[in-house]
Amino acid sequence: MLAARDAMHPILRTVLQRLALGLLTLFIVSVVISSLVEMLPGNFAKRILGQAATPETVAAFEKEIGLDKPALERYFVWVGDVVTGEFGSSFTSRVGYQRKVADLITPRLKNTLFLASMTAVIAVPLALFLGILAALYRNSWFDRMVNSATLTTISMPEFFMAYVLMLFLAVIWQIFPSLASVDHDTPLWERIYRCTLPALTLTLVIVAHMMRMTRAAIINLLASPYIEMARLKGMSKSRVIMRHALPNAWAPIVNVIAFNLAYLIVGVVVVEVVFTYPGIGQLMVDAVRTKDMPVVQACALIFAATYILLNLTADIISIATNPRLLHPR
Amino acid sequence: MNQWEELQQAAFAKRISRRDFMRRATALGVSTALATGVLGRAGYAQTPKKGGKFVIGIGHGATTDSLDPATYPDQMTGIVGWGASSNSLTEMDEKGNVVGDLAESFEPSDDAKSWVFKLRKGVTFHNGKAVTANDVVASYMHHMGPDSKSAAKSILASVSEVKADGDNIVFTLSGGNADFPFYASDYHLPIMPAKDDGTVDWQSGIRTGPFSIESFDPGVGAKLKRNPNFYKDVWFDEFEVKVIADVAARTNALTSGEIHFMDRCDLKTVNLLKRNKDLEVNQVTGYGHYIFVMNTQQAPFDNPDVRNALKYAIDREEILQKVFLGYGTVGNDNPIAPSIQYAINPEPIHSYNPDMVRELLKKAGLDSLSVDLSVSDAAFSGAVDAGTLFKESAAKAGININVVREADDAYWDAVWLKKPFVASYWNGRPVQDWMFTTAYAADAAWNDTFWKNPRFNELLVAARSETDSTKRAAQYAEMQQLLHDDGGLINIVFNSYVSANSTAVAHGDLLSNWDVDGMKIASRWWFA
Repeated sequence: MLAARDAMHPILRTVLQRLALGLLTLFIVSVVISSLVEMLPGNFAKRILGQAATPETVAAFEKEIGLDKPALERYFVWVGDVVTGEFGSSFTSRVGYQRKVADLITPRLKNTLFLASMTAVIAVPLALFLGILAALYRNSWFDRMVNSATLTTISMPEFFMAYVLMLFLAVIWQIFPSLASVDHDTPLWERIYRCTLPALTLTLVIVAHMMRMTRAAIINLLASPYIEMARLKGMSKSRVIMRHALPNAWAPIVNVIAFNLAYLIVGVVVVEVVFTYPGIGQLMVDAVRTKDMPVVQACALIFAATYILLNLTADIISIATNPRLLHPR
Repeated sequence: MNQWEELQQAAFAKRISRRDFMRRATALGVSTALATGVLGRAGYAQTPKKGGKFVIGIGHGATTDSLDPATYPDQMTGIVGWGASSNSLTEMDEKGNVVGDLAESFEPSDDAKSWVFKLRKGVTFHNGKAVTANDVVASYMHHMGPDSKSAAKSILASVSEVKADGDNIVFTLSGGNADFPFYASDYHLPIMPAKDDGTVDWQSGIRTGPFSIESFDPGVGAKLKRNPNFYKDVWFDEFEVKVIADVAARTNALTSGEIHFMDRCDLKTVNLLKRNKDLEVNQVTGYGHYIFVMNTQQAPFDNPDVRNALKYAIDREEILQKVFLGYGTVGNDNPIAPSIQYAINPEPIHSYNPDMVRELLKKAGLDSLSVDLSVSDAAFSGAVDAGTLFKESAAKAGININVVREADDAYWDAVWLKKPFVASYWNGRPVQDWMFTTAYAADAAWNDTFWKNPRFNELLVAARSETDSTKRAAQYAEMQQLLHDDGGLINIVFNSYVSANSTAVAHGDLLSNWDVDGMKIASRWWFA
């Protein structure tokens, strides 16, 4: 048995282990989210009717969307549906007007992924590039400047960064639009154009973290004996960093990148609101506010799955780039 | 003073003709859009012209919105699913009168117990089908009956029968109601096509209005196209509504030209907007009012002297200036706005008077008074600040108000109608009977002051079917006086709707029954 496990490739073993744990995590997340949202006062019918609610209209509404059944029963019916790959319908559905959770989420998730990818394409190479240069010219004026600039941008609240960019680039100079409102038939180039300001805002927010981790990981390695050996051989500084230090520094860097990418998918609701971008964050906030449980649950599962998968990817990359982990003795 | 300012003053004083104004403005190098904007504000009639795509940004709207008029929550659905795309039987005009919309005319009979609405001829739905009386019946039935969850259910509670009679629709009421045509102008009551089984098709969004819905993305926005067959003139070719929840984003979108109109300006920065020559700021005092309500059945609010002491302990003028920056009109514990028919301003005027408070407390046999006031910005934006100022002014008069800040999201559900002293808001109603029946009748579901005054309720029923307007005016005056003297509401202010728009668009007088030009901005505005 032991031999069999050892025989399994370390990457495959990690993947399987993590996926199993991930399923368990998802289940726990769904229980926690349902009970928390259930604990909030009111329910969908009362929230939607608001000031206009009367006991009779609330009762009629609850009956129509099935809220008259106990919470536990509703939860298990939902679990049963999800296991069969069915996320059900939003409470906003009516007779003759079906709003599938999947149909609600898909376009929003696509928008969120688009903005996240656009930001990642700008931010990740930029952070790595700045980080490596900062390590290369450690303690120079360049290093100090990059550090203080990125730390400044990360220290400001994201909505403030957004407003500052908007003020200069959209209101005063009018280079980019202040609204990032896109819909399914917005052409790609216009989509990119409209997303520029939100992507820039997010870039400024996440670059510091990744850049500083890259710098720190490389500098940490520069003290190790094998780097000294390389240097003694007469290698150039940049070659030492690119060929010898960087490959061993990937693990911490990739972890931080994964963390930031997850943030781009699950945590950008403020930026969405400021730029009026129809992403998944706003959808979940609306759903929580009205206690639209099927939508809340689906969003929570997607967010949890994002973290699990991105962390898994980071671990796989750490193993794959580190010979000691890839070929354990 | 420069020449342009002089010229503007001449225009506002109507000392100069429209053509002369434009000629001189051009000579001064003022843009045509700005000059026509000034003419519009100065009250010169403009000739609307067709064309263009009008884009507005609205602060309301959520992903949970739908086109079901039974649950229209706010402006977003009101504008898209009613004002721009649909019609009710009647509508309100600028002067607060009710006029026919899909109904050509309406007549009462039998002491206003029965109303006959004659359907306008030749009106079609967006799919070309003619509107029949059966469609109207189905549209009304959608809000009635035991399974209804409609916000309009209560205003139709007195309707015992709706039936089609050729081109007429006959409403039979359980008691006379001279104001019924006003009820029919509500935004929850658009006319929609009936299906074969007698239910109504709201799902398709096919309506009768000036624009047809091309796409509706809840919480994001909607795109509409002009209905070429509409029975009135419509100016814009296309109309788009964008949901922009954040007020700073809305303001930026307007100043950078991405939208032509925004609702709910940030009052703190609206003076900066006014400086921008390409923008116009509009202020409309509607029927809506911000109030504090006391449960008149619970101690200590069951004592009218205590209620009146609190009414004198609030400094309404200070709250209007500090919280609402002057955008509104102070209230006088009468929920009826001055512009509504038969409105009075009851004497004595309730204004801040610490001596009167002490006197009333003594009369009630109290040395001091301590009460909890529940507030949340869900009641109205500024409620927490208004409560804090109330606490300060009341403290000087010997009343200790403990301001309790409640959670926003369950406010209407867990606080309003549950706690004894709370902040609340009414959109207001165009006629007194409607407002009173909604919130002050003894048996009203939303009687948030739990006020049960026998004389008031007697008058309410009598005035409802009274057709002699002198008698009716006297009855309503007495009712307003009763509410003012004995009721449980502290009317802080009638709020103003403050909106801003680019001078590229023009408009006539704004409707005051709802915000955003009565939610009918799409058909009432045009490109200058």
